Amino acid sequence: MVLKAEILIPGAAASGRCLALTAPISFWGGVDPRSGAIIDARHPERGQSIAGTVLALPGTIGSSSASAVLLELVHAGHAPAALLLDAPDAILLLGLIVAREMGWPVPPAFRLAARDQIALAGRELAVSSDGLITAN
Amino acid sequence: MLELTAEEAAIAAGSEGPGAAMAMRIVAETARLMGAPRLLPVASAHIDGALYHGDSGTLFAEKLVEGGARVAIRSTLNVGALSPAGCAAIRLPPHQRDMAARMMRAYEAMGCEPSWTCAPYQAGHRPALGSDVAWGESNAVVFCNSVLGARTNRYGDFLDIACAIAGRAPDYGLHRPENRVATLLIDARPLSQALRASDVFYPVLGTLLGRFAGTAVAVIEGLQGCTTEDRLKALGAASASAGGVGLFHIAGVTPEAPDALTALAGLAPRETLVLTPDRVGDALAGLSTAGETDRVDAVAIGSPHLSLAEITEVEQRLAGRRLAVPLYVNTGRHVVGPLEQQGRRAALEQAGIVFVVDTCVVVTPILPEIDGAVLMTNSGKFAHYAPGNTGYAVTYGSLAECVESAAAGRLVREPRAWC
Repeated sequence: MVLKAEILIPGAAASGRCLALTAPISFWGGVDPRSGAIIDARHPERGQSIAGTVLALPGTIGSSSASAVLLELVHAGHAPAALLLDAPDAILLLGLIVAREMGWPVPPAFRLAARDQIALAGRELAVSSDGLITAN
Repeated sequence: MLELTAEEAAIAAGSEGPGAAMAMRIVAETARLMGAPRLLPVASAHIDGALYHGDSGTLFAEKLVEGGARVAIRSTLNVGALSPAGCAAIRLPPHQRDMAARMMRAYEAMGCEPSWTCAPYQAGHRPALGSDVAWGESNAVVFCNSVLGARTNRYGDFLDIACAIAGRAPDYGLHRPENRVATLLIDARPLSQALRASDVFYPVLGTLLGRFAGTAVAVIEGLQGCTTEDRLKALGAASASAGGVGLFHIAGVTPEAPDALTALAGLAPRETLVLTPDRVGDALAGLSTAGETDRVDAVAIGSPHLSLAEITEVEQRLAGRRLAVPLYVNTGRHVVGPLEQQGRRAALEQAGIVFVVDTCVVVTPILPEIDGAVLMTNSGKFAHYAPGNTGYAVTYGSLAECVESAAAGRLVREPRAWC
């Protein structure tokens, strides 16, 4: 199965298991910036790690410090391999924009509707730099 | 499609140095992502990005400083993770303390004012009605838009300082008049006048507003003659923690709402929420997590930072008594400065008040670790964030109940009708 996603933040080709969140998340207070673990006590995927995954986000909520958490994950090597967002999010994606300015390796981000994210859950994905998503 | 002016493009390419270039590229890239057609000049900034979350934020700020970046417009600073002007002990480990201090110094080195407060609008930073600004910190954003009538989006960490250096922001969202029109209506008229004119109601109303509106704009009917600036401050802060509210209107009170119909641009609201005692009771109950207990280990007030008027009320209610448990008073230099000059700070500290200045108890480790501890507060925002960030369960109450409980060392309730 192959899907085409719009590029939000370009980057090199990436691969990883798809972690498709089943509820929106606030990165600040919801993801541990030191490890990538989901720590929001009310979140259905609590305890799983976003590090190294192709992370599919149906939505983001909460604090305007989400960008700081994502930048910290990139800096510490615990960021997702790639991000799939239902809609562009100025606050979260700023973490990647700033990481690029800092010269750190930046995971690419793509736009993929929440309804298309569900079918990818748990599958090993290869994501090309031009936004082709292939599920093995 | 984003179009930059020749000057903006030149700055992004480095004509004013690498720091200014990085800031302009960050603003432009965000504009492109959000579909803004252009950048617009902004008159001031309030910067939330100087709070330490990890080393990467410090390295970013220092790279801007090394690149010669300076803010182009008036820029106040929100809280940091340390308390240089306060007396509370911060329990950060040495490395984090050092990186947090470096971060605060870097933002000051770029020309930001060391205001270190989440209530800049009560520290002399009040943008003019209709002006475009770039503000961060959710409570400051909602106050700036709603009460002052200046125009800002919710600027996140990094974009706030980038806009301050560039002097520009992406032209979208709440900068555009058509997006400031209310689409929702909240009717508070069924509630008693006494409740509508009490401080303790406003964080509860803010919670209802946040849950109902999400990120949409609502107008509230029925608060004419009931509000004060500190009540609007508490309302906005609670609405921005319970939801993503960036702007609200209050008919007959806030500057863009001479009446509800004007705030709605003459259209019928998409949805109406009629406030009933049941709805208010549910929201009130949701602000407390401690359950049926009279245990109180500490009391915290001042999110957003307390005004001088609010501290005067605390002083009057205290009336010379000594407190049984610590009362953490979170505020800014704009308030402790006058308190010291007037010789009032020392007496308050002797009574058992702990001043938390330049920061607050939910953003940095201050409260001692105690098993099963309960924090009492009159702040909707503290009620929302304290359980996750401090480990304390929360009991919500009025300012009078907070002071009486701190004096008694256990929960003291005053009779009140919540209808």
